[in-house]
Amino acid sequence: MAAPMLRWSCLGKRWVLACIDGGSRHGRGAAIGCTSRRKRGQSSVAQQPLITVQKSRKGEHEWAAVVGLEIHAQISSNSKLFSGSQVHFAAPPNSLVSFFDASLPGTLPVLNRRCVEAAVMTGLALNCRINKKSLFDRKHYFYADLPAGYQITQQRLPIAVNGSLAYSVSVGKKPSQVSTRTVRIKQIQLEQDSGKSLHDELRSQTLIDLNRAGVGLLEVVLEPDMSCGEEAASAVRELQLILQALGTSQANMAEGQLRVDANVSVHHPGEPLGVRTEVKNLNSTRFLAKAIDSEIKRQIHELENGRKILNETRSFDYKLGCTMPMRDKEGKQDYRFMPEPNLPPLLLYDTASLPPGADPQQVINIDWIRDRLPELPGKTREKLIQKYGMLPEHSFALLNEVGLLEFFQNVIKETGAEPKKVTSWVLNIFLGFLKQQNLAVNESPVTPSALAELLNLLDRKAISSSAARQVFEELWRSKGKTPSQIVSEKKLELMQDQEALERVCHTVMEGHPQVVMDMKRGNPRAINKLIGLVRKATLSRADPTVIKEILERKLLS
Amino acid sequence: MLGRTLREVSTALKQGHITPTELCQKCLSLIKKTKFLNAYITVSEEVALKQAEESEKRYKKGHSLGDLDGIPVAVKDNFSTSSIETTCASNMLKGYVPPYNATVVQKLLDKGAVLMGKTNLDEFAMGSGSTDGVFGPVKNPWSYSKQYREKRKQEAHGENEDSNWLITGGSSGGSAAAVAAFTCFAALGSDTGGSTRNPAAHCGVVGFKPSYGLVSRHGLIPLVNSMDVPGILTRCVDDAAIVLGMLAGHDPKDSTTIQDPVKPFTLPTFADVNKLCIGIPKEYLAPELSSEVRSFWSKAANLFESEGAKVIEVSLPHTSYSIVCYHVLCTSEVASNMARFDGLEYGHRCDINVSTEAMYAATRREGFNDVVRGRILSGNFFLLKENYENYFIKAQKVRRLIANDFVNVFNSGVDVLLTPTTLSEAVPYLEFIKEDNRTRSAQDDIFTQAVNMAGLPAVSVPVALSNQGLPIGLQFIGRAFCDQQLLKIAKWFEKQVQFPVIQLQELMDDCSSDFEIEKLSSVFLKQ
Repeated sequence: MAAPMLRWSCLGKRWVLACIDGGSRHGRGAAIGCTSRRKRGQSSVAQQPLITVQKSRKGEHEWAAVVGLEIHAQISSNSKLFSGSQVHFAAPPNSLVSFFDASLPGTLPVLNRRCVEAAVMTGLALNCRINKKSLFDRKHYFYADLPAGYQITQQRLPIAVNGSLAYSVSVGKKPSQVSTRTVRIKQIQLEQDSGKSLHDELRSQTLIDLNRAGVGLLEVVLEPDMSCGEEAASAVRELQLILQALGTSQANMAEGQLRVDANVSVHHPGEPLGVRTEVKNLNSTRFLAKAIDSEIKRQIHELENGRKILNETRSFDYKLGCTMPMRDKEGKQDYRFMPEPNLPPLLLYDTASLPPGADPQQVINIDWIRDRLPELPGKTREKLIQKYGMLPEHSFALLNEVGLLEFFQNVIKETGAEPKKVTSWVLNIFLGFLKQQNLAVNESPVTPSALAELLNLLDRKAISSSAARQVFEELWRSKGKTPSQIVSEKKLELMQDQEALERVCHTVMEGHPQVVMDMKRGNPRAINKLIGLVRKATLSRADPTVIKEILERKLLS
Repeated sequence: MLGRTLREVSTALKQGHITPTELCQKCLSLIKKTKFLNAYITVSEEVALKQAEESEKRYKKGHSLGDLDGIPVAVKDNFSTSSIETTCASNMLKGYVPPYNATVVQKLLDKGAVLMGKTNLDEFAMGSGSTDGVFGPVKNPWSYSKQYREKRKQEAHGENEDSNWLITGGSSGGSAAAVAAFTCFAALGSDTGGSTRNPAAHCGVVGFKPSYGLVSRHGLIPLVNSMDVPGILTRCVDDAAIVLGMLAGHDPKDSTTIQDPVKPFTLPTFADVNKLCIGIPKEYLAPELSSEVRSFWSKAANLFESEGAKVIEVSLPHTSYSIVCYHVLCTSEVASNMARFDGLEYGHRCDINVSTEAMYAATRREGFNDVVRGRILSGNFFLLKENYENYFIKAQKVRRLIANDFVNVFNSGVDVLLTPTTLSEAVPYLEFIKEDNRTRSAQDDIFTQAVNMAGLPAVSVPVALSNQGLPIGLQFIGRAFCDQQLLKIAKWFEKQVQFPVIQLQELMDDCSSDFEIEKLSSVFLKQ
C-alpha cells in the first residue's frame, strides 16, 4: 500500500501550483493557492472554487479542487448524550461506563438536555435554522468499540440545518491582505461517540475502552465550498473559536474533542465534480491543511496519468506527509439506517410556540438560548478593530491563542501606552517568547501587570525601546522582579540629563571629524553613524530621537 | 389458599390467616411439584424466602407495603433481574446475570412482592407457542386438568396421554402456566404481537396488555421497541388492575412513557353497561376461526346486547395487512436490537479468536436459534439502502393505516372492541410443531397483533371451556390510555361468564402423592 504513495511523493515535485491571487502564507515551495475568483452567491451549489495548476511540461491545464468537511465536536457536558455517566478526558479505562454505555440488554437512551442546548447554541451561532422537530436514527455497523452494534445519530431530520460560517484566509504576500470567505453549513446533528479500540499487535488482542462510548457529539457538515487545505484549516480554526466561545466544546484537536474528516475531489472547471475521497486521521489544523493539499495533488497526479480516483477512505500519514487508503474501511458499508424507536421526536420551542404552563425543565426555548449567546469571535474582533484601531490580522492573532486576548486586555487596563504599542508588544515580543518555548498564555512567566509597567516606563521615555526589550528578557528569566527593579539594577534608565547628553554629543563629534564632514556634505547616513556612536557612549541609555535633535542643532550652530 | 385470587390472598395476609413465608413455601413446593410443566427457567427460592421473611416482619410491625406485600409473583425471563440470571431462553444469554432490575420488577419488589422465579418463553420472545426456547417447551397445565382429561377419555381410549400435552401459547407461556397452575398470583409477561394475551387465552387466565407508554420498558430485553409492552397475567381482571396500578406511570429511564401522572387503578363495579357501545370488527371473522370460538364470541356479543349495550359491526379495513407489515417492522427492529449480542461485553462468546469478525459470526451462530437468526437476516434485508423505501417505509405507512382504523372506529363512538383472542383452543405440542415458527406466529397473532401496531390497551378474558374441556378467551380492545375503562368492562364481563376453575387434582394425584388436597378444595373463582 505504501509503495505508490512514496512513488508519488517524489513525482509530486514536478508540479508547479500557481496561485491566482496570492500564495500560501506559510511560503511552501509548491503551494496550492486559494482563489477568490468564485462568485459569492448565497446558496449557489454551482460555486466552483478553483485552483489553477500549470503543468510545467505539457502545457496549461486547469484543475479545481473541491473540499467539504465533516467535523465531530465532542460536546462539553458533565454526562454523556444518553446516559448519566461522567465525561472526563484521560480517566482510567472503562471507569465511566453506565449499563447503557455497555449496551446491556433492556437499557434505554435518555436524552441529555445540556447536549441539546449545546446543539441549539452552536446552530444559532452558525446561522442555522433550528428544526423544532428533529429525529434520532440508528446507524448500524459492527465494531468492537460500538457495543450496541449501532450508533444513535440524526440522519433524517437533524437538529439544525442551512447555516454558514465566515472565516478569513490571507491572500496577498502580506499578512494584512485578509479575505473573508463563507462556507455553507449543511447540518448539525447530535450523535453518540464510540469507544476506543487499542490494538495490541504483539499479542493479537484488541482492548476496548468504553469511557468515550456515548459521549455527545455535534457533527457539523460543511458543504464543499472550500478549495484548498488552508481554507479548510481556517474554517476549522474559526469553528473551533466559536465552539470555545460558546463553551459547547473544548474543541481541542489533539485531545480528540474536535475531529475532522475531509472530502476531497478535483475536476476541470465547468465539468462535473470528480470522484471524492474521504481523508481521516487529521489531528491538527496544520495536518488538515497538509493532508488536503497532498490529497489534491495526488488526485491530480492520478488523473493526469490516466488513472481513476476511487471512492475510498484514506488516512493521513503525517510522517510521510501523504494520504494512504485505510484498510479496515475497504468495501462499501450499508449502515441500514432505522428510526431509533426508544426516543420520541425531539421537540424544541420558541417563545411563540411554548405551550402554556410548560415546565421549564421539560422544554427548551430557542429564543431564550439566543438571548443568552455569548459574544462570538467575529464580533470580538470587530470591537477590537473599532476600539483600538487594530489591524484585522492583529485581531485574528489575538483570538487565535487561548487566553491571549484576556492577557492583552489586562495589559491595556494597567498601562497608558498606546493600544498599538501594546498590540505590537503582545503579538511580537510576548507571543514570540511563548512560541519559542512552546508555552501557553497561562504558563507565561510574565504577568500582564509586569508588561503593563514595562510599557509605562517606555511610554514615559524612562527607558529606550532596546532597553525595554532587555527588561522583558530579564522579566522572562527571573520571576518575581518588577520592571523598575530590573531597570535600576541594570542601570537601563534613559539619560534624563540634557546637559550631560550634550556633552557626550560634543565629545563624539569632536572625535569623529570625518563623519561630521560627511554629514555636513549632506550624507544622510552619516547622522545615523553619529547617533550610534553617541548611544554606544551612553551605554544605550539615551533616546535616539533626542540625540538626533542635539546633533542637528549642533551642526547648524 | 393457592387457588385464591391476589386480592383474596392479600386480605388473608393482612388478616394474618397466613404469613408471607407460609405462602411462599406453599408456592415453592407447588413449583417443584409442577416442574414438569417447565414454566420456570430459574426458581429464585432463596431470594423469595428472604423477601417473604422481610414481608413477614413488615406485617408483624403493621407496616405492610400494600396489596402486593408478601404476594408471590413470577417474571418472564426477558425482564432484567438484578443478581438473578436472565436468559431470554437463549444460549446467547445463558449465565447472564444483569446488574440491575427492570423498572417493573423494581416496582413490584418495592411494593413487597415476592419473586418466585423467571418464567420460560420462546427464545427472545419470538414465537407463539413457548416451544422454541433453549430450555424446552412449556406444557399447558390444562393438559392435566380433570376437565380436559375426562373429555379425552370419552373420545380416544388407550392413547398415550402424556405425549398429548398441549402448548401454552406464547411467548409468555411460562408466565401463563405459572399463574394457571397456582404457583404464583400474578406474573409479568411481555406483549409485542399478542405474547401475553395468546397464552392467557390458552391457559384460562387474564392476560392484559397495557397502552404503549403506560408501563416502563426499561429492563425488558426488547423484541420490537415500538410495540413491546410489559404484560400482566393474573387469575382475574381485578388482580390485573391491582398490578397495573403498581406498575403504571412515567419512568425517567424510559423516554417513551407518558409524562402525565397516572391515577390509581380501582375498578368500581360497572353499572352502565346499557350506555356502552361494543364494536365487533367484521374483519376478525376469519375463515380459520374455530366454530366454537366463533360461537362464544357471538354469545358474548349477545350478552352485552341483552344487558342494553349497543353492539355494532365495525370495520378495520387494513387488518389483513397487519401480519406482513408486522413481519417487516418486527424483523427490522430485531436485526437492530440483536446487533449488541456480539459476545464482547456479556453473554455467550465462542472459542474462535482468529479475528473479531470470526468471533462475532461464530458467537452469534452458536448463541441464537434458527428463528432468531432468520429474523435477523430478513430484518437486515429490509433495512438495506436499496430496500428501505420498499419495505420498511411502506410497512410504517401501513402501520399508520392500521392504527388509524382503530382511531376511526373509536371516534365513531365505540367504547371497546370485542374480538376473539385466538383462532381456537390450545393444540397439542405434536400438532403445533408440524408448522414452523414463522407460520405459527403469523396464524396465531392475527387477532392480537394490530393492537400492538396501534399501541392500544387490550385484555384477554377466559370465557368458557371448549368441547374438549379447554379454555377459550375473548379479547377486549380499548382506546389508548383508557386502560381503566377497558378493565372495568372486562371485569363486568368476567363476572357474567363465570369461567370454571381449573381442576388439577388429577395432575397432583399423578405427580405427587403428598399433595394437599384440602388446599385445592378452596380453588374456585370468587367474585
